[in-house]
Amino acid sequence: MKPAPFAYAKARSLDHAIELLARPDGEARLLAGGQSLMATLNMRLSAPKLLIDLNGVKGLDGIAAKDGAVEIGAMVRHVQAERSADIARYAPLIALALPHIGHAAIRNRGTLGGSIAFADPAAELPACLLALGGELDIAGHKGKRTVKADDFFKGLFETALGPNDVLTAIRIPAATTETRVGFAEFARRHGDYAIAGLAACAKASGAGLSDVRLAYFGVGNTPIRAKNAEAALAGGDIEGAVKALGGDLDPQDDVQSTGAAKKHLAGVLLRRVAKQLMEARP
Amino acid sequence: MSAPTHQITLTVNGETVSETVEARKTLVDFLREDLFLTGSHVGCEHGVCGACTVRVDGAVVRGCLMLAAQCDGARVETIEGVSDGGEIADLQAAFEKRNALQCGFCTPGMLLTAQELLAGGGVPSREKIREHISGNYCRCTGYQAIVDAIEAVAMARAGGEK
Ligand SMILES: Cc1cc2nc3c(=O)[nH]c(=O)nc-3n(C[C@H](O)[C@H](O)[C@H](O)COP(=O)(O)OP(=O)(O)OC[C@H]3O[C@@H](n4cnc5c(N)ncnc54)[C@H](O)[C@@H]3O)c2cc1C
Ligand code: FES
Ligand code: FES
Repeated sequence: MKPAPFAYAKARSLDHAIELLARPDGEARLLAGGQSLMATLNMRLSAPKLLIDLNGVKGLDGIAAKDGAVEIGAMVRHVQAERSADIARYAPLIALALPHIGHAAIRNRGTLGGSIAFADPAAELPACLLALGGELDIAGHKGKRTVKADDFFKGLFETALGPNDVLTAIRIPAATTETRVGFAEFARRHGDYAIAGLAACAKASGAGLSDVRLAYFGVGNTPIRAKNAEAALAGGDIEGAVKALGGDLDPQDDVQSTGAAKKHLAGVLLRRVAKQLMEARP
Repeated sequence: MSAPTHQITLTVNGETVSETVEARKTLVDFLREDLFLTGSHVGCEHGVCGACTVRVDGAVVRGCLMLAAQCDGARVETIEGVSDGGEIADLQAAFEKRNALQCGFCTPGMLLTAQELLAGGGVPSREKIREHISGNYCRCTGYQAIVDAIEAVAMARAGGEK
């Protein structure tokens, strides 16, 4: 199908984008990579009156490792992050997740900010951000604020972003020699949204793990921390962690799979990812 | 409301074009309907099938998920330009030789996508080839012959036999 008519404006700067967003009817939408938004417009699932193009706005597409953190601009494209030496070194969890996102042509346009702002419950990057305990920089007409990933994902396609907000960057702690990460997902075909997936981060401490953070995707309305399983895994008990998932997750049936199958897969994912976390880094 | 329009100037297959387009017009519709470049096809119109694949500023993208208005100042290349220029003559020949196309609907997108992978150099594994074309649907061939053709060209370009 073709989209309903809308107006199009290229934002000249971040301030210009914020100014354009502030319409009384709230009918403006930011256009980043367009890899989710254009599809919903073509299907007429949404019909905003104005699209504000962030492509070309300066200052939103940098990747910088500094002060023990990695800051990634919202308009960094998936492909740009895949090729970044800083991401490979300081954000290895994101590097593991990126190849699972759609296909090469999607990753050539899609942005990290767009993926996180869109907050598809089966998307990889929101779960990575949650597993890493990252934070998000948001700019709006009332100024700038920073929100923790734990407080960002509110519900199905619902985040802490208001209708007049622009996500400008995400920030995650830079990986150190103690950092351990793990990632696995089940998808019907390569590049499809996951049926269920798990992004995980921990610190090596002695022979075991501490600060374990497990973020599941595809098993709820948002990415979900499995806190009971985290505690069991920190105690070194993988099968105990799998059992503890019963108290953490309650996946519902969706178009891809039944809730019961997702629940089973969550356990399989945990065993695989636990192994990755426990393997020493070279 | 009267449809908002934009004046755009871009290069398409090396030629400069200036047109007025409706804001909501996708790049692939612009190429097909305004420039009569019908080699890029329209399948699903939501990013899934890859029939609309074109190159914008050197990167392979979905023509149905970009607006023509976004391409002001851009360098757009379609299958017409890329095949006329000879860049993929070997790939086209290999597709024909190995029956890697039947109806041909997916072929322009398949060729551009394969060329992007091959341009990276080396001989990618069959698994890597499959992964790279995973966003391009073919309803005829079953993919095996397409993977064969891409692999053969990769080897030939790397100086091997086959
Ligand atoms: C065939 C196909 C397969 C895909 N498979 C996957 C997959 O397996 N996993 C996955 O995670 N994704 C997948 N995607 C989606 C892809 O990752 C998108 O790039 C991503 O979801 C959205 O990013 P975008 O930059 O394209 O955003 P857009 O589509 O431009 O925007 C998406 C939404 O976010 C808002 N937005 C964008 N940027 C900002 C910002 N800076 N601040 C505030 N709001 C903003 C927009 O207004 C819009 O509502 C797939 C897409 C396609 C077409
Ligand atoms: S028509 Fe663009 S991907 Fe199907
Ligand atoms: S040859 Fe017919 S769709 Fe591929």
